[in-house]
Amino acid sequence: MNELFSLAVITGILTSAIRLATPYLFAAVGEAFAQSSGVVNLGVDGIMLVGAFVAFYVTLQTGNLWLAVLAAALVGLLMGLLMSLISVTLKAEQGISGIGLYMFGLGLSSLLFKLLVGTVQTIDGFKVIKIPLLGDIPMIGEIFFQHSLPVYAAFLLVPVAWWFLEKTTWGLKIKAVGQNPAAADSLGVSVDKVRYFSVCLGSVLAGLAGASLSTALVNLFQENLTAGLGFIAVALVYFGGWKPAGILVGALLFSTVNAFQLWMQVLGVNISSDVAVMLPYLLTIAALVFATNRVRQPAALNKPFERGEN
Amino acid sequence: MTTPANLQKRIQRVEMCDIVKRFPGVLANNKVCIEVNAGEVLALLGENGAGKSTLMRQLYGLYRPDGGQILIDGQPQVFHSPADAIAAGIGMIHQHFMLVPTLTVAQNVALGLKSSREPQLDLERVSKRIQELAQAYGLKVDPEAYVWQLSVGEQQRVEIIKALYRGASIIILDEPTAVLTPQEVNDLFVTLKRMTQEGHGLVFISHKLHEVMAISDRIAVLRDGQMIGSRPAKGVTRDDLVKMMVGREVKPLAPQPLQTGPVCLGISGLRAMGDRGTEALRGVDLEIHASEIVGVAGVSGNGQRELAQCLAGLRKNTAGTIQLNGQDITQASLLERMAAGQSYIPEERMRDGAIREFSVQENLFLRDHAAPQYTNGIFLNFARMAARTREVIQQYSIKAPGGDTPIKNLSGGNIQKLIMARELSRQPKALIAAQPTRGVDIGATEYIHQRLLEQRANGTAILLISEDLDEIRTLSDRIAVMYEGQIIGIVARGEATVEQIGLMMAGIPLQETRAKASA
Ligand SMILES: Nc1ncnc2c1ncn2[C@@H]1O[C@H](COP(=O)(O)OP(=O)(O)OP(=O)(O)O)[C@@H](O)[C@H]1O
Ligand SMILES: [Mg+2]
Repeated sequence: MNELFSLAVITGILTSAIRLATPYLFAAVGEAFAQSSGVVNLGVDGIMLVGAFVAFYVTLQTGNLWLAVLAAALVGLLMGLLMSLISVTLKAEQGISGIGLYMFGLGLSSLLFKLLVGTVQTIDGFKVIKIPLLGDIPMIGEIFFQHSLPVYAAFLLVPVAWWFLEKTTWGLKIKAVGQNPAAADSLGVSVDKVRYFSVCLGSVLAGLAGASLSTALVNLFQENLTAGLGFIAVALVYFGGWKPAGILVGALLFSTVNAFQLWMQVLGVNISSDVAVMLPYLLTIAALVFATNRVRQPAALNKPFERGEN
Repeated sequence: MTTPANLQKRIQRVEMCDIVKRFPGVLANNKVCIEVNAGEVLALLGENGAGKSTLMRQLYGLYRPDGGQILIDGQPQVFHSPADAIAAGIGMIHQHFMLVPTLTVAQNVALGLKSSREPQLDLERVSKRIQELAQAYGLKVDPEAYVWQLSVGEQQRVEIIKALYRGASIIILDEPTAVLTPQEVNDLFVTLKRMTQEGHGLVFISHKLHEVMAISDRIAVLRDGQMIGSRPAKGVTRDDLVKMMVGREVKPLAPQPLQTGPVCLGISGLRAMGDRGTEALRGVDLEIHASEIVGVAGVSGNGQRELAQCLAGLRKNTAGTIQLNGQDITQASLLERMAAGQSYIPEERMRDGAIREFSVQENLFLRDHAAPQYTNGIFLNFARMAARTREVIQQYSIKAPGGDTPIKNLSGGNIQKLIMARELSRQPKALIAAQPTRGVDIGATEYIHQRLLEQRANGTAILLISEDLDEIRTLSDRIAVMYEGQIIGIVARGEATVEQIGLMMAGIPLQETRAKASA
């Protein structure tokens, strides 16, 4: 038990935590865009799976990681268009369409994997880039400044998303549409257009979340690679109160618990691995119970918009 | 934000010709023609459901007409969405405000506009421009405040600024005064006058005839979707307008005082906190007898709302007692109060009194669905309920295609009537009625007033809270004036003039004004 608290292990846990936060951040920030506009997209996990597979497969075939990322973004966009079509244009129940999208993604990624690849193989993923000078600081350097590009990008996404939502005309439209679509509509803002945009942007980020998993974190693909990570990302949006900074806190909390759990297994700490794997999920439930901030919730969340009601 | 140079191109004349608009089961507009010119106020009158909002929503691009034409300065226009109407120079203040409460005033104004620093917002510049407009038109508002913090009057100013900011030259105001206090109405009229002087053309919708006669240059009347006529406001009398609107005469009521019974509702030393954390009720004492209507007058925000909520059981009081027929109900729940014979007509009827997705019939039976006459054992007796619904629709002349229409498709005033019908159909011992005729047309106002007087005759003690001083003065046997959470004075019918009541509302007790007058 003592070795768990040695400096080296703590550094290791924290380094992993930063790395593991990457897919959470991409997916949850993306979901925050969709939800801010009033659409709950429960299909995140499915989009991540397809994104993860496509990125993996393109890398396997071409070795070109940039092409892989682009492909993952593209399938994210396509699945986002599908989700928007069902929930915005056809006004279907959002929760059900999201679950449908998830199952579709789960099935499609497994099928393609079996058809095109068959066995688990590893690929050469994104290399660690050590930031000059900063990366040499003892401990700090290892924890924060020796990561691959997707990890840096995920953390950079947080301030960019904040800026976008709080400081731009588009962010204002997204929030208004999520809070009072009739008001936005009465000022000539196209509610449907804004929702399509937000859902698609979120889905592209979900695709990238999947790609980060298969090309930067584990460098492989297997069936149901995400193991429900996308659903935790949805929960993180509630946890973070629809704010990128809140999501960052939540993502780090979860990734730290996850990293801790992994290291416990590595070090052979005597605790059932099932219990260890349950930890982050238990935390999800606990966090949601204590942290939901109903006040900030977009008032039109989950409500299709139709003009012409008094 | 690129601010449209104040009215870059001013509209001289808007015409709507032969407008037809159908909804399932309703012909909302039937070949309606109106015109509005720069610099004038056109008042649009008509009963609830006559089609006023529908007509204006077409001018603002929210609905597409099924027939007819919209002309701006003689040019035919087709508006696919409000964006087109805004671009053409039309603005609209809606019957139900269109604001995002979680955003600031400046953000609400900037919403949907291009910024000068696209894609970045330029809220400082927006705020500056808002202040300029506020200055020019007398619309005091803080651009940095969040909309949820604002009073109704302030929210309305934001709505007007939104339209002006977009360079609207023709502005539609759909029942802008329904939710305002008399003082706020005066302020609004000052602003509207300034707008017409600046060359704006205004369409003004209201059910209050004295307002219409005070502000408008021309008056057009709609009935059942058809244009009944349009005439200059000069020389028109109230009776002319009522006849055009309702098709019959509606005489003001003049109820006689009745022999009152024992004290029914007794309030003593009542204190309570308001929403903003300050004390809203600071020791209210009031007794209402059986067969008596006590009107509560006051500038809004002086505790009237909190008083109603305390009596209804929706707000905890911090001190004092409430008694109903001698029984202490201070701690009683909503249901216990109802069982004890109390009825409550909430002020925010849309929010607290109705379910938008439910049908007319379902809303009518929200409370009494389990009453013996509407059930067969554990089953609902739909035939009885439907029959009763038809009866109510007829009595209150509610304009609805049928009992199964979802109420979100009803006009604003008709939803109000429906809730009034539900609450007035019982015979309570005590009735708390908050703003019972807000947004309701003349005919229905008369009907509701008659029902209130009928209940009084049957022995009900009625507390009437209203911002309409005429309504209070007509119906009340005694008038209690509230000021800063206390009752500053109680006057009997005819004991005080409007001016004296007005002074009491401003915090000056009756004795003082009398002393001054005699000095
Ligand atoms: N979206 C809609 N769907 C179906 N029917 C509608 C819709 N909007 C309005 N109506 C119907 O059209 C008629 C006219 O409604 P409108 O709202 O224009 O009345 P109004 O004159 O503004 O009344 P009020 O004074 O009560 O506001 C009503 O009978 C109403 O039920
Ligand atoms: Mg209306």
